[in-house]
Amino acid sequence: MSISPKISVSAVSKHYDSVPILERVNLDVETGNFCTIVGASGCGKSTFLRLLLSQELPTRGTIELDGQVLPDEPTPNRGIVFQRYSTFPHLSVEENLILGDEFEQSRTLGRLFGNARNKSREKVQDTLQKIGLYEARNKYPSQLSGGMQQRLAIAQALLKEPEVLLLDEPFGALDPGIRQDMHELLLGLWEELSMTIFMVTHDIAEAFKLGTRLLVFDKIRHDPDEPSAFGATITYDLPLAEKHNQPPPDAHDLFGKPAK
Amino acid sequence: MRIINKKLQSPARFVLGAIPFVALIATYTFASHIRRAENPADKLLPSLEAMGNAFYRMAFVADKRSGDYLLWVDTIDSLVRLGSGIAVSTIFALVLGIGIGFIPHIRASLAPFVSAISLIPPITILPILFIVFGLGELSKIMLIVVGTMPVMVRSMAQAVIDIPREMIIKAETLGASVWQMITRVVLPQTLPQLIMSIRLGLVPAWIFLISAEAIASTSGLGYRIFLVRRFLAMDVILPYVLWITLLAFLIDRLLLALSKRAFRWHHLSGESL
Repeated sequence: MSISPKISVSAVSKHYDSVPILERVNLDVETGNFCTIVGASGCGKSTFLRLLLSQELPTRGTIELDGQVLPDEPTPNRGIVFQRYSTFPHLSVEENLILGDEFEQSRTLGRLFGNARNKSREKVQDTLQKIGLYEARNKYPSQLSGGMQQRLAIAQALLKEPEVLLLDEPFGALDPGIRQDMHELLLGLWEELSMTIFMVTHDIAEAFKLGTRLLVFDKIRHDPDEPSAFGATITYDLPLAEKHNQPPPDAHDLFGKPAK
Repeated sequence: MRIINKKLQSPARFVLGAIPFVALIATYTFASHIRRAENPADKLLPSLEAMGNAFYRMAFVADKRSGDYLLWVDTIDSLVRLGSGIAVSTIFALVLGIGIGFIPHIRASLAPFVSAISLIPPITILPILFIVFGLGELSKIMLIVVGTMPVMVRSMAQAVIDIPREMIIKAETLGASVWQMITRVVLPQTLPQLIMSIRLGLVPAWIFLISAEAIASTSGLGYRIFLVRRFLAMDVILPYVLWITLLAFLIDRLLLALSKRAFRWHHLSGESL
């Protein structure tokens, strides 16, 4: 019996104004995988994430979630955390967290009052404790450190219980020590919620540490006279089941070689 | 130490800020003194005392003919016109600005039109307004609307466009409808900009108010200074100009204070003018 994949990408290409960014990307990912995506700048890894989110649509090919073609726009079953601008600067930490509830329960105003609001606030108290923002719950995001803001952004996305969580260089702007804490938090949440995660990062060590599967995006074909003639695709697809036992390989070995 | 790195203490800053004002008053007093030494009946540069007396007369002595306290009647009439015009412009700026900035179809159909309209010199519309709406309050308010609305709409639309796309996407993944995104994300994020555009819109609004009152009115601050101009009554005109400036300054500061109080998140970093 074969397990049907959670996400199935078949023959996807993406062009911007007829410049190919991604070419013939094929990928099947099972539920509960933690895919880390690495690659050189401009190789289309963020574009791939935007395709998974339906922020952009593939020029050719299809992406299926549970056997259904993805809708044309972002939906709540796919959560997102960007490197910046993921939280709402005009709402306090707590208001950021109950916003999802407010959207769901108050269709006309998008705002809860009285009992309904208190109920929703109680619901997020645990979350606030877990991400260490309970003391800061009435502060605005710009009053928080970068790490705290990203913890808030992750928690906000997870409260909607998405089946797929997409992370676009979420820790790119953070200090190494804080990054370490964020890794612990993210791995804990991932194990607890058994989501499928896609994470774009430019930090190879981070990719090896967190992922169960490492995807490398690179160009297979190069035209020296016209560098933009060809797009990138997945050149390496490494399962990392025993990732904790092996040291991360030299990053240079991963780039520039086509997949076998 | 380089001059750009100097930090000024508050007395020094106050003194530096006061210098231009003191210099202006001193120059005026000096020039006025010389002119009046030559001709005690000089009307062009009246003494500070004469201006004080004239201001007192306008504010606290009932007009012989109408029995009104003219300064207050003028002020109220002008502020009602200014306020009505700005209020209409603000409502348009909100509705059209969010529509143009957020909904692609509205942007495609209205953005070029608003840009074109905003290039019409508003004062050239004034005769048309007088013909269409008559010489009453409506045409004066309409002039302020025509003069301020297009710019305010454009600045609001730009503020909506400038909201990082990531935030809109995030709201979509949290399940927000278009209306909910407008009420909970777009509107609250652009309200500080709306106040800013009201503050900037008030500058041309005053110009159009005074112009309309000068041309066709029977009350108002602009009407008064253009009326007494016939008698070279600089002792009334100068205090009125100061009074208008003071009103404009107070309204501006009030709006800034409102913005700082209501949108604290917006003013957490950086200085605001």
